[in-house]
Amino acid sequence: MNTAAIKAIYLNEMSRFFRTIGQSFISPVISTSLYFVVFGAAIGSRIQEVEGVPYGAFIVPGLIMLSVIMQSISNASFGIYFPKFIGTVFEVLSAPVNFMEITLGYVGAAATKSLFIGLVILGTASLFVDLTIEHPFAMVAFLILTCLSFALMGFIVGIWAKNFEQLQLVPLLIVTPLVFLGGSFYSVTMLPPFWQTVTHFNPVLYLISGFRWAFFGVADVPVGISLGAIAIFFLVCLTTVWWIFRTGWRIRD
Amino acid sequence: MTAILKIRDLEKTYDGGFQALKGVTLDIEEGEILALLGPNGAGKTTLISTVCGITVPTGGSATVSGHDVQRDYRKARAEIGLVPQEINLEPFSIVENNLHLSRGLFGKRRDPATVERVLKQLSLWDKRKNRVHELSGGMKRRVLIAKALVHEPRVLFLDEPTAGVDVALRKDMWETVAQLKADGVTIILTTHYIEEAEAMADRVAVIRKGEILMVEPTSELMRRLGRKELRIDLREPLSEVPQALSEYELELAEDGLALTYSYDTQADRTGIAGLMRALSDNGIILKDIQTRQSSLEDIFVDLVSEEEESA
Repeated sequence: MNTAAIKAIYLNEMSRFFRTIGQSFISPVISTSLYFVVFGAAIGSRIQEVEGVPYGAFIVPGLIMLSVIMQSISNASFGIYFPKFIGTVFEVLSAPVNFMEITLGYVGAAATKSLFIGLVILGTASLFVDLTIEHPFAMVAFLILTCLSFALMGFIVGIWAKNFEQLQLVPLLIVTPLVFLGGSFYSVTMLPPFWQTVTHFNPVLYLISGFRWAFFGVADVPVGISLGAIAIFFLVCLTTVWWIFRTGWRIRD
Repeated sequence: MTAILKIRDLEKTYDGGFQALKGVTLDIEEGEILALLGPNGAGKTTLISTVCGITVPTGGSATVSGHDVQRDYRKARAEIGLVPQEINLEPFSIVENNLHLSRGLFGKRRDPATVERVLKQLSLWDKRKNRVHELSGGMKRRVLIAKALVHEPRVLFLDEPTAGVDVALRKDMWETVAQLKADGVTIILTTHYIEEAEAMADRVAVIRKGEILMVEPTSELMRRLGRKELRIDLREPLSEVPQALSEYELELAEDGLALTYSYDTQADRTGIAGLMRALSDNGIILKDIQTRQSSLEDIFVDLVSEEEESA
């Protein structure tokens, strides 16, 4: 195992993050505050409780997931697309590293950044609402697994993308609708029966549900199924990345 | 001398069917500078990319210090440094951080002393805290070389190291390469600047359309294929070359004031003495004479055109 290479890639990626640490910190604080103004104060004042949880607190896990998923994808996809775009990827491809080491470096850094943003949102949210976390270890485990899985997905998007438009396509057209319709701001039980059934085909539902269970002990689907769903998603992404490096698809001629 | 890099029947056919390498076989001796000479699209960069792992070969093999570049890629790649043709650097990164990254990628522990030595060797020490986008084109190319050297490779590939570099910097780069050779690094450089190959290389390999046409020591190539030209300036213009001088196959300048005679330096008789007598006998008065050795460029053009004629 070339641990020096993993560390080098990881630190190089993180240095870009630290270069813009102010922006990285301030933008989730502002967006979270805005969500609380709109959903918490304006709408939340008309909805008292959802499944026994005050609405302001109820949306916190969904809000964290929304940002963490989007950030993981954009950080990881940009992380590998940028070296492809400016040509510096040649160095990684000609170095004595295997796919696991390259992936650990890039995906690890992208997941770390989104984990940081997730924690900033959690901190900001706790300024607006009273939060108690019933299963803190499960909460951290769900958060880390989500960061890693979607960073892996972003890594695939970054390798697949041939231009900046394609880089934006998957997050905008696929992930945003899935996250919004996955119960970020509502409980699935609030939907008509038909849409409840449709929602169960949305993988993000299982993530948000499991994450919300870690906070409040209430969930739309059993927590075991949530954990299974994210584990399967993680493995599918990992297998895809392994296949990409094995075949050199869109990365080696 | 032992071959540090052995390339055997290396082939690369791209998905679209274009065959960039058609069974290249080449040995590179330890400590030498080999110039890979060829026109654009000849397969120079593909050959380098295939040995370095950026391109996957479709046939044949290559070994570096006995390690196969595919089966034993970790050991093989650890021996290689690559300076690409394009200036591929992250614009906002700090110069010295670039070197730490490169060293780490090759599995070497962080070593500020080595980074300092390499930066000083390439006259980049004063620029170590600069961001890449603040550097001139020549400096950026030095950063690329520093990155390729910082993991202490035994073989260095320089892909068009002086493309787009001005004359002063080019000479500077030649000195850097000479220093690297003195340090024991084996260097393979691709170029289409023939004077570059002539000035630096111990051997020249000519590649065209994915095939190696020839590999020769530079001096041998110059000796074997090199021709000299004798230019004779005349006091009075000639309207045509006199019939009596036809055996010398002279070329008359457009203004009729100069004759050019080509001769083989390796031939038993150059014919110069006879030509001088014949000129005198024909009443042609000389003003000046000068000789010129044909350059590697002339040789290269001859070689490629010979191949085209025979194809």
